[in-house]
Amino acid sequence: MEPRPRSFYILTGFFALFLLFLYGPTITIAILSFQGEGGGLTFPMRGVSVYWFKDLFEQQAVGDIWGSFRRSFLLGLMVMVTTVVVSVMGGLAFRKRFPGSGILFYLIITSLVIPSILISLGVGLMFSQTGLSVHWSTSGFGAQLTWTLPFGLLIMFAVFNRFDKSYEEAARDLGATPWQTIRHVVLPIIAPSLIGVALFGFTLSYDEFARTLLTAGSYNTLPLEIYGMTTNVTSPVLYALGTLTTVFSLVIIGAFLALALISNRRRAKAANDAGKGLI
Amino acid sequence: MNKLRANNALMGWLMVSPLVLVLLIFLVTPIVMITVVSFWRATEFSIIPAFVWENYEFLFGSPVTYTVFFNTFKYALITWAFTFVIGFTVAYYLAFHIRTQTWQIAFFLLCTIPFWTSNIIRMISWIPFLGRNGIANSALISWGVIDEPVEWLLFSDFAVILAFVHLYTLFMVVPIFNTMMRIDKSLIEAARDAGASGIQILWNVILPLTKPGIMIGTIFVVTLVMGDFITVRFMSGSQSANVGRLISNDIALLQYPSASATAIILLLTVLMVIGILLRFVDIRKEL
Repeated sequence: MEPRPRSFYILTGFFALFLLFLYGPTITIAILSFQGEGGGLTFPMRGVSVYWFKDLFEQQAVGDIWGSFRRSFLLGLMVMVTTVVVSVMGGLAFRKRFPGSGILFYLIITSLVIPSILISLGVGLMFSQTGLSVHWSTSGFGAQLTWTLPFGLLIMFAVFNRFDKSYEEAARDLGATPWQTIRHVVLPIIAPSLIGVALFGFTLSYDEFARTLLTAGSYNTLPLEIYGMTTNVTSPVLYALGTLTTVFSLVIIGAFLALALISNRRRAKAANDAGKGLI
Repeated sequence: MNKLRANNALMGWLMVSPLVLVLLIFLVTPIVMITVVSFWRATEFSIIPAFVWENYEFLFGSPVTYTVFFNTFKYALITWAFTFVIGFTVAYYLAFHIRTQTWQIAFFLLCTIPFWTSNIIRMISWIPFLGRNGIANSALISWGVIDEPVEWLLFSDFAVILAFVHLYTLFMVVPIFNTMMRIDKSLIEAARDAGASGIQILWNVILPLTKPGIMIGTIFVVTLVMGDFITVRFMSGSQSANVGRLISNDIALLQYPSASATAIILLLTVLMVIGILLRFVDIRKEL
């Protein structure tokens, strides 16, 4: 191996600083959430305790945290499943040109770049003017899909751009019907990327704020609840909640990544039949 | 052949129908709704269907509008500059200085994980750093740089930009890294064999080839910053305003027609910016 140039060490330092910048604040509030009972929002720590976590579990004066967590979790699952199904179907359809595919593509891009507050405002207006009441599982759900679907679709486009069509042709030559080709050839090959789409679908919904603001109705999702807290809660209980939800997010991310890793390994094992040919 | 094509079209439409349905109901209709309402009249308590230009006239007649739009562009430009420099450097490091794929993936994931956690929490987490008695002030005082706490760290334009850069740099890192990984390494070797220095390779080979990734990152960062209302409100302590905040203030006052008019102008502005950026890149080819 050739020796590392000097720029490598400078850039390594830069990258380390970048990671510090990225994670430092989150780690700081994680530490501060263990603040002692008399402690405030900044250092110094006045002792170490789990007082603020207990506070979070006992005191309901800060709002309906657990109810909002349940709603966010459920909504996240709904959005995740919908995003995966709709993105896969869309991705498959977009492999061939069909009339209107160009316009639809620009609509997807619009959905991605449109300022979130327009979705919030527009969906809110649409529901109020037609006499429907907004609810997190209807208007909130739809508003979040306008954010998660473009990500899911862009991932699917990227996946199918790299997809080797000869697998499908082989399946077709062997007499598979179109449905069989998709079910037994295409879907297993793209399965690991679907884990990625699912991860995006769930986490983007779970953390979504701007598009849910006017569309969630009277039952808040967790990010809305946290936002409400920032205006009237000035104790480390805010950090305790922040730490808990971040840990929850990290667990979810870890689970998805582990799943992707396992399915990749399994596939590598299953696909490797070298030396086992029927001779 | 014609029948086959018709079949293909039908199949395609069938497959995208759920997508079309969602986009029609939750993207197109809301935009139409906002457009319609932007011509309505508002009293203090209700909104009345009408066709008047007064919301737009008021919007363009008010000097606040121009300040706020200027602010929005200012945030977008400054944030873009920082995210681009940081994002490009990080992506360059990952793509060209990390030699094994395992480490590349590991570091890349480290950069993207924060994207999957809550933005609001990530904003809150700057409080202990920037507050009056926060880490930054204490450190500066103990180093003797300043004598008393600096007030403008939290709740200022500085804090807003810092939060934007913190939240959105990875939208630059990811597409730039993606494009860099596709650069044929032999091009760089050829440049080196021809006697180019490291800087020359970076400037004349890597930078031009990375342009599509930079454009996609730019689209993300610019639209996210231009459409934002929550970061500006939270990090400036309601002291600065951008267009998003103007809209959300109107909404809070139930002034939907005026909020809608502002929203339409914001949307047109964003689409114009994107339209210009899209001239430089074919997104479908770059995925």
